[in-house]
Amino acid sequence: MNLLTDLREGLKISWSAIGANKMRSSLTTLGIVIGILTVSLMATALAGLKESFLRSIAGLGSDVFFIEKFPWDTDNAWWKFRSRRDLDISYARVLARESRYALAVSVESSGSWPVQYRDKSASSVWVVGNNEQSALVRQLTVKAGRFFTEAEVAGGRPVCVLGADIASKLFANEPGVGKKIKVGQRTFEVIGILDKFGQFLFVNMDNQVIIPITRFMSDFARRPYVLFMVKVREVTQMDEAREELRGILRRIRNVAPGAEDDFAINQQEIIVKAFNRVGRVIASVGLFITGLSLFVGGIGIMNIMFVSVNERTREIGIRKAIGAKRRSILIQFLLEAACICLLGGFLGLALAYPATLVMKNYLPASLSPTVAALGLLVSLLTGVISGFMPAYRAARMNPVDALRAE
Amino acid sequence: MSLIRFQHISRLYQMGAETVHALRDITLDIDRGEYVAIMGPSGSGKSTLMNLIGCLDTPTAGRYELNGTDVSDLDDNQLAEIRNREIGFVFQTFNLLPRSNALRNVELPLIYAGMGAEERREVALGALASVGLTDRIHHKPNELSGGQRQRVAIARALVNKPSILLADEPTGNLDSRTGVEIMALFEELSRKGNTIIVVTHEEDVARHARRIVRLRDGLIAGDETRPEKSA
Repeated sequence: MNLLTDLREGLKISWSAIGANKMRSSLTTLGIVIGILTVSLMATALAGLKESFLRSIAGLGSDVFFIEKFPWDTDNAWWKFRSRRDLDISYARVLARESRYALAVSVESSGSWPVQYRDKSASSVWVVGNNEQSALVRQLTVKAGRFFTEAEVAGGRPVCVLGADIASKLFANEPGVGKKIKVGQRTFEVIGILDKFGQFLFVNMDNQVIIPITRFMSDFARRPYVLFMVKVREVTQMDEAREELRGILRRIRNVAPGAEDDFAINQQEIIVKAFNRVGRVIASVGLFITGLSLFVGGIGIMNIMFVSVNERTREIGIRKAIGAKRRSILIQFLLEAACICLLGGFLGLALAYPATLVMKNYLPASLSPTVAALGLLVSLLTGVISGFMPAYRAARMNPVDALRAE
Repeated sequence: MSLIRFQHISRLYQMGAETVHALRDITLDIDRGEYVAIMGPSGSGKSTLMNLIGCLDTPTAGRYELNGTDVSDLDDNQLAEIRNREIGFVFQTFNLLPRSNALRNVELPLIYAGMGAEERREVALGALASVGLTDRIHHKPNELSGGQRQRVAIARALVNKPSILLADEPTGNLDSRTGVEIMALFEELSRKGNTIIVVTHEEDVARHARRIVRLRDGLIAGDETRPEKSA
């Protein structure tokens, strides 16, 4: 008797055995249903969280370098980097002039101040100092008016561009462009209003006031934290661009040959990597905890399979007497356990699917074919693993004793 | 050459600290086509002898040749194969699978022999016809009378064309009239050339056989062959 016949016959026998004990089989499979349900929901939620994070991080742009004093990925203590010299806004010009790979160089520094227009005010608004290239690099678009020019940056003009939310807050029913508002203690003229941008890294980007970086340096910050965003022409040339920028910066900052960089060139990839590291830990813990319910379900299967083998000792004896080999008996009971579990897997997924539709309202998550296939595979494996001990016991039964059983 | 050749067979059981000698140094030959009854009171070792003949069990000592093959040292799977090919069992309690119908029960040995579905059905139908049950093939055991159940069991035992039909108290659970019918069927099978071994403690049943082997305390107490069977 070959393996295929064994499987086919085993399947027939299992189905009739499951059918003969419908109540018991469905109660047993409930454990697997719950296990597969929780595991597949957890996997879907984790995938959704990751997707949502990656989407939000995509705003950084995969073709943008962030040049700062502090690196994003470091195990070293921050004080090692604190003593580095501050970056100067004048680097922006040098970088833009000398880099062949850079498409645009944005300089940025920011803080929080109150903003006021006549009787309307907002207490803590994100005030950002930028240069004329920042709109391009930060993917900001203007709805009304215009962004400021190179000359306005160079001259430190008191002009500003408003985010969509703060603009509608200050100017409910009137056009904002041309009006004068107070930012902190200074007066600025509104020259542009931005399109709605949405959230970025969980910060509302529409609640910002953008002013020329030169103005920001003179009016707002004594020792500001400056960073540069360099947009590269070709995303395929990130490595070359990084080396070039590094060379230019070392020269500007007079870093001695052989000495360590005293600045950091960051990119989106670093955050993704760090997230993935944390994500893996969260995923393993989450799946382990939900997997426990599957484990409990598996124990239920094992238990009921021992009962099933016990009940059918005589049947095992008959089968062995007329020529069933150990393998045939083993497969018969393994398949019974596997069928119960697979059934539970299908049911669990059938329940998980509507639940993921609800989840979709909160996370960009859907029950992926991979998760579904893995769910079925895991349920099958649970059946085979938890069914093995009972099936092995059945297969090894002595036919004489088995036939004598009541 | 003998179909069954027992040479100095012993079978011991360990019951706690006690050793039970179920069979002591049995030597026995049975030829092809013989109709043998094995008799003895309970505890005489006749069940043990039947288990050994049927390859359900292996001897503690001695050599058992079945159809020219030494089967005394085979493992579980090899014994299963021998049982499937060489032995047809008929039990006192019929031992049919309760959830399967008559046809499926009779097909079972063929399944384990690896026969294809169509051929299997044909052979099984033939076996059921030979015991007169053509009209009952889709009935489950609990829908059949005792005599019919035993006929299904006999069909199942014969379906693989085994060398030996091995019956253990085949009429023990039947009323006397049905028992007579079953014994008549055995005689018919014997006339057709089947080798039949019946284990029983009933003289009435044993009388049908041409040779009677009597066991007592694990030893052969008598072995008589009649030239003509009594009616």
